[in-house]
Amino acid sequence: MELAEQKRLYDLAKKVRVLILNMLTNAGSGHTGGSLSVVEILTYLYYSKMKHRPNEPTWPERDRLVLSKGHAAPCLYVLLSLNGYFPQEELFKLRRIDGSLQGHPDFKRTPGVDASTGSLGQGLSVANGIALGLRLSGRDSRVYAVLGDGELQEGQVWEAAMSAAHYKLSKVLAFVDANGLQIDGRVEDIMNIEPIVDKWRAFGWNAQEIDGHDFQEIDNAVKRAQVSDNGRPNVIVARTTKGKGISFMENNVRYHGVAPTMDELRRAMQEIGGEVLIEEKN
Amino acid sequence: MGLGDLCVSKDLVGLRDVYAETLIEMAEENENIVVLDADLSQSTRTARFAARFPDRFFNMGISEQDMIGTAAGLALSGKIPFVSTFAIFETGRAWEQIRLSLCLSKLPVKLVASHGGVTVGEDGASHHCIEDAALMRALPNMTVVIPADSCEMKNILIESLSMKGPLYVRGSREKFPTVHCPPMKPRIGKASVLKDGKDIAIVACGLMVDFSLQAAEMLKQDGIDARVISMATLKPIDEETIVAAARETGAIVTVEEHSIIGGLGSAVCELLSEKCPTLVKRIGIYDTFAASGLPCELLKMCGLTPKDIRRNVIEMLNKRHV
Repeated sequence: MELAEQKRLYDLAKKVRVLILNMLTNAGSGHTGGSLSVVEILTYLYYSKMKHRPNEPTWPERDRLVLSKGHAAPCLYVLLSLNGYFPQEELFKLRRIDGSLQGHPDFKRTPGVDASTGSLGQGLSVANGIALGLRLSGRDSRVYAVLGDGELQEGQVWEAAMSAAHYKLSKVLAFVDANGLQIDGRVEDIMNIEPIVDKWRAFGWNAQEIDGHDFQEIDNAVKRAQVSDNGRPNVIVARTTKGKGISFMENNVRYHGVAPTMDELRRAMQEIGGEVLIEEKN
Repeated sequence: MGLGDLCVSKDLVGLRDVYAETLIEMAEENENIVVLDADLSQSTRTARFAARFPDRFFNMGISEQDMIGTAAGLALSGKIPFVSTFAIFETGRAWEQIRLSLCLSKLPVKLVASHGGVTVGEDGASHHCIEDAALMRALPNMTVVIPADSCEMKNILIESLSMKGPLYVRGSREKFPTVHCPPMKPRIGKASVLKDGKDIAIVACGLMVDFSLQAAEMLKQDGIDARVISMATLKPIDEETIVAAARETGAIVTVEEHSIIGGLGSAVCELLSEKCPTLVKRIGIYDTFAASGLPCELLKMCGLTPKDIRRNVIEMLNKRHV
């Protein structure tokens, strides 16, 4: 990946973080940590990889993305908005009765959302189904699924891992946003799921492990996955930092399901040189 | 025969056989139809579809939750999935997947289960699904159908192709007697009045429709003129037909091979308590598990025979006249 492209993506990622933090503070609730850990992955996909048409959200030839860790919806919404699926003002109606952006992605309500998610463990099965359908229709679109590491504790994920390998769904590329934390604490303390990479390999997948905040590594891994079409589905285990980018949120489990306060937003914006875009509520 | 002396008709057809036949007919015309099963394709008869259209059949192994998610994905890519396994696994094991992946997104996925109710027989309580209607009825956007015979099954399957949202259809292991005669064309959401009557209305679904017709014949000897209604669609329920029956007869009996909690009886009571308060007797499985046995033995054990229906009707009318 060229340096200029990397720079463009890092600038975009910063913008995405600024919007995520502002919209979450404005909403007063939502999942901060896991939205920030997945920023580079989703920014890369929506800006550098996926074939899609924001002015035609249901374009049949598009690549699909299933955000199986649906609680990272704020990051997805920011990227959809920046790409032009809906106006940026909508971000500030997140989780509100008069808005279209639900607490978790809703395919029926939000343009650009390819599948409804939010209950963990279901998204990979849906991604597989989309890939099967596209293959039957002779389309060569790709299907991306983004899972959390805590989410791998759900049994359905492994049912889906079996199916994708069995049906040779080589168009499926799953990311595991392995930020190491879940609501109740560290994944390894709550219910250890390591060795993650070995597990996917044992289920018949091509598996790679990367730094999930490094665009060069993401790009290399995705290209490697998509060049070597050996009939297997691909997974990229992206080691990430929960709350990435904001020092007091990083690796802090408190920010799993809590939005920043106004004061925390100000501190966060100071840290990353971003703008506070919302007004304090009384 | 599993139904033994409970069944007088010789004209018995397996709903799952009609399902496979109709699926294949529809799929010849519509290339978007795909079928998924969870390792029970011989029992559900989807194996016949698999033999005819191997590329459009997906055996997902013993993993119902993944099967529902995969079906959702297929629907999202423009396919029309029919998804089959036993009723208990289809609705119970994968309930929350049905809720999120199918109902919230209002996807046109058809869940066509076999082996509903206690007539599953010898496999025992673990395999008797007596809660499926309750589970599916509670889900927004879901349509719930329990056909009484091959005619209802076939017509509903054909009509389902034009539906936009998810559908649950409960079939059975047992072959069912035919209760509709040509040129009747049962429709989703529309009840069939199979026998008119003015003293009481028996509202039934599934196998219990034939048993209710048998009961109505017996009731003639008791001087009771019973109306028999086949209420295949439990949701959305045919309000008009039920309210008319309540107004015209003043007494309703519901009969289902399902728990009395949450199924047809509940649906009828919910409606009538708001629209036309009427005395209703719910005949079904009384909040208990059955056991292993022959289908006819289990139906007798659960009080789900034509004689039981007759007795309940007489008791109910006596009560009303007190």
